[in-house]
Amino acid sequence: MTTSWIETQLTEYLLERFGEAVQPDSRPGYLGFLVARNKLLEVCRSLRDEFGFDYLSSVTGVDYHPEPFMEVVYHFYKSTGGSALVMKTQAPRDNPTVPSLCSLYPGADFQEREAWDLLGIRFEGHPDLRRILMWEGFAGHPLRKDWREPFFEEDAKPFKSRWPEGHFIRVEDNNPYKNNVSYPPDFDPGKWVPDKDELLYGGLQSFEEDSEIKTERIVVNLGPQHPSTHGVFRMVVLLEGERVVDLKPVMGYLHRNHEKIGERNTYLQNMPFTDRLDYICSMSNNFGYALAVEKLMGIQPPERAEYIRVMMAELTRFLNHMFSIGFLLNDLGAFFTPSLYAIEERELILDIFEEVAGSRMMCNYFRFGGVARDVPEQVLDKIKTLVHDRLPRKLDEFERYLTHNEILRSRCEGVGVLTPEQAIALSVAGPVLRASGVPYDVRRADPYSIYERLEFDVAYGIHGDIYDRYLVRIEEMRQSLRILRQVLKDIPNGPVMAGKPQFQVRVPPGEAYGRVEGPKGELGFYVVSNGKPNPWRYHVRAPSFINLTSLKTMAHGAKVADLVAILGSIDIVLGEVDR
Amino acid sequence: MDENELNLRPNQIPEELKGSIAVTTLDRIYNWSRRNSIWPMMFGLACCAIEMIATAASRYDFSRFGMEVMRASPRQADVMIVSGTVTKKMIPQIVRLYNQMAEPKYVIAMGACASGGGPFKEGYNVVPGIDRFIPVDVYIPGCPPTPQALLNGLITLQKKIDSESLKSVRWYQKGKIEPIPIPVLGPDLIDPRQSPLIKELCQSQISNVSPAGTPENLEAHHDNQLD
Ligand code: SF4
Repeated sequence: MTTSWIETQLTEYLLERFGEAVQPDSRPGYLGFLVARNKLLEVCRSLRDEFGFDYLSSVTGVDYHPEPFMEVVYHFYKSTGGSALVMKTQAPRDNPTVPSLCSLYPGADFQEREAWDLLGIRFEGHPDLRRILMWEGFAGHPLRKDWREPFFEEDAKPFKSRWPEGHFIRVEDNNPYKNNVSYPPDFDPGKWVPDKDELLYGGLQSFEEDSEIKTERIVVNLGPQHPSTHGVFRMVVLLEGERVVDLKPVMGYLHRNHEKIGERNTYLQNMPFTDRLDYICSMSNNFGYALAVEKLMGIQPPERAEYIRVMMAELTRFLNHMFSIGFLLNDLGAFFTPSLYAIEERELILDIFEEVAGSRMMCNYFRFGGVARDVPEQVLDKIKTLVHDRLPRKLDEFERYLTHNEILRSRCEGVGVLTPEQAIALSVAGPVLRASGVPYDVRRADPYSIYERLEFDVAYGIHGDIYDRYLVRIEEMRQSLRILRQVLKDIPNGPVMAGKPQFQVRVPPGEAYGRVEGPKGELGFYVVSNGKPNPWRYHVRAPSFINLTSLKTMAHGAKVADLVAILGSIDIVLGEVDR
Repeated sequence: MDENELNLRPNQIPEELKGSIAVTTLDRIYNWSRRNSIWPMMFGLACCAIEMIATAASRYDFSRFGMEVMRASPRQADVMIVSGTVTKKMIPQIVRLYNQMAEPKYVIAMGACASGGGPFKEGYNVVPGIDRFIPVDVYIPGCPPTPQALLNGLITLQKKIDSESLKSVRWYQKGKIEPIPIPVLGPDLIDPRQSPLIKELCQSQISNVSPAGTPENLEAHHDNQLD
């Protein structure tokens, strides 16, 4: 990696100013700096205010058991573009405590809670450090390396029992309860008092009273089974009349332990699991993960594969935005008709996915160093017809019905506003960030694959309200079509895999953070390898999850009906929120 | 089943009354009317729910089978399509929803996850199959099942309804149908029906005698608690 002048400057400055407290991370394959815990806040403040690293993309922890420490890894970016600044801080494993960055970067809120929940790293000064994905009262912190799940078989796959002989065992038979559970010794279910969510409900009321008419405040739970929450998501709202005065999102109802399973899997075995993160856009998820591992392996896919990848990613963006606008309209009360229009187009794109990958939704199509199989000529023709004729036509039709629709405009304009400063501070990504007037798109800000040579504009809004988010999505669909036209014109012939397809890839030790501009925002994969066939740490920076940090800010003062629309405009998918 | 199939003795009806009279059994007409109007509960859990939505949309359109109205309220639903991974955090709500549904009620386990845990079975927050808590009528394999598979599942459910008889159906038997006990979120998920076993096993862990399973099982079990 080439270091630019500014980066050298930065390194020198940091080393000089903080002396011992900041060290370049010298482990082979590792990047960035190690910062002493007690200086963390100071260093970050200087980074943010003096060097412009105002966007905290990802916070996560790594357990280096049996080494006696845990590490918290931060990825900072500038909202004006450029590559990452990686910082780490270490804490002793028996009592890991690290200062919270919430005061500087409010977007760290949920991510720090997640690290506390899953790894047991305590963040000092965090305003609301509760478990986020599991429930209060759950025993242990599951992502720690010495924590074993009830269905534990071995530390790493492929399991000896199954490979190469192919025997299988029923894990239930090994568990005394014949179920996926285990309890601490001396546990007595009769004496157990389940958590009553007191902390959750008690934490409401953080906003000052600012209305003149005082009415009694009531707490309302929306979800987890609620038609407007796009799956199993729960919002606890404090209402004054019909106005939302405080809100706390509750998630984890679809927490499927993606990361724990991912660390037992081999690298390639994780690919189909990434499909199931944001299950509407499986191709983009594949893309991000493939990029991260390719970075570690130091390989590059051949030209044709790059074109195919971009093609699939842009088709995915189109179908996702179509879908999300359809469902936004559902939330506004136009029940199911716009969605039917959207799903019609989606089906056509799914047909293409089915033809190239073998499955409609769970494509599992990308491989390290390429894609699984080539796109046949007749499928290319199909894509051409879609891109040149059908999709632009349908998009126009969609717009004709919606964009200047009076009801849509009056429900969306000026509702759920997020200012650019708030958006950056809250680490919001994707269309929501851009609608707030921050033209930050990873495809342009930190280009990957072949995006550098493609012509397209970054769509962005001005007002940061629901309507601008809608417009940004529409414009992004147009830009996706523009990209697709170029790709279809230029796609070269040639192989689609670098080298032979391998089931067991060799990944040198080190760390890598691969990120793509997914349809929902910046999708990042943080992978740590120790040279074994399985990733040591596998973390997903999920845009839906982090975008939810901003829900409270957007919803403050809104009516309940608007709250539903605001949630719809963020465009979340629970598979990705909860992982 | 069309009208003719409903009619058991078409030959015995006078010509002029054909079309307005059918001779059939109570069971048949009861099932015939129920099987053609099964309202699913509007409730999606994970990826499979997206395929369920696709099945509801225009291309596959399950309203052709009398399922046009998805109800968000369990009180108005006839069938619960468990469409996705069931997690421990979510299972109390699902059991509660099931209890709130009015009889006759049916459950379809859609996809690998709902049927048996699927790709996420080994996860610490995953319930390996919804049938550990609520009775399932139809299992649909697939990850996710295609819309065609879901339709096939729904048709299978219709066949099941056809074969029921008023004399033996659960909801016309004497006595009350007990609700399913709601699982509790403890240090791990607690199934109230297993409480005595949990207590016994946890006590024996302290004294290190093994009441069930082999010693290794118990050892593995201890390891779980290392944290
Ligand atoms: S069966 Fe597959 S598609 Fe369905 S919820 Fe499970 S992982 Fe998702």
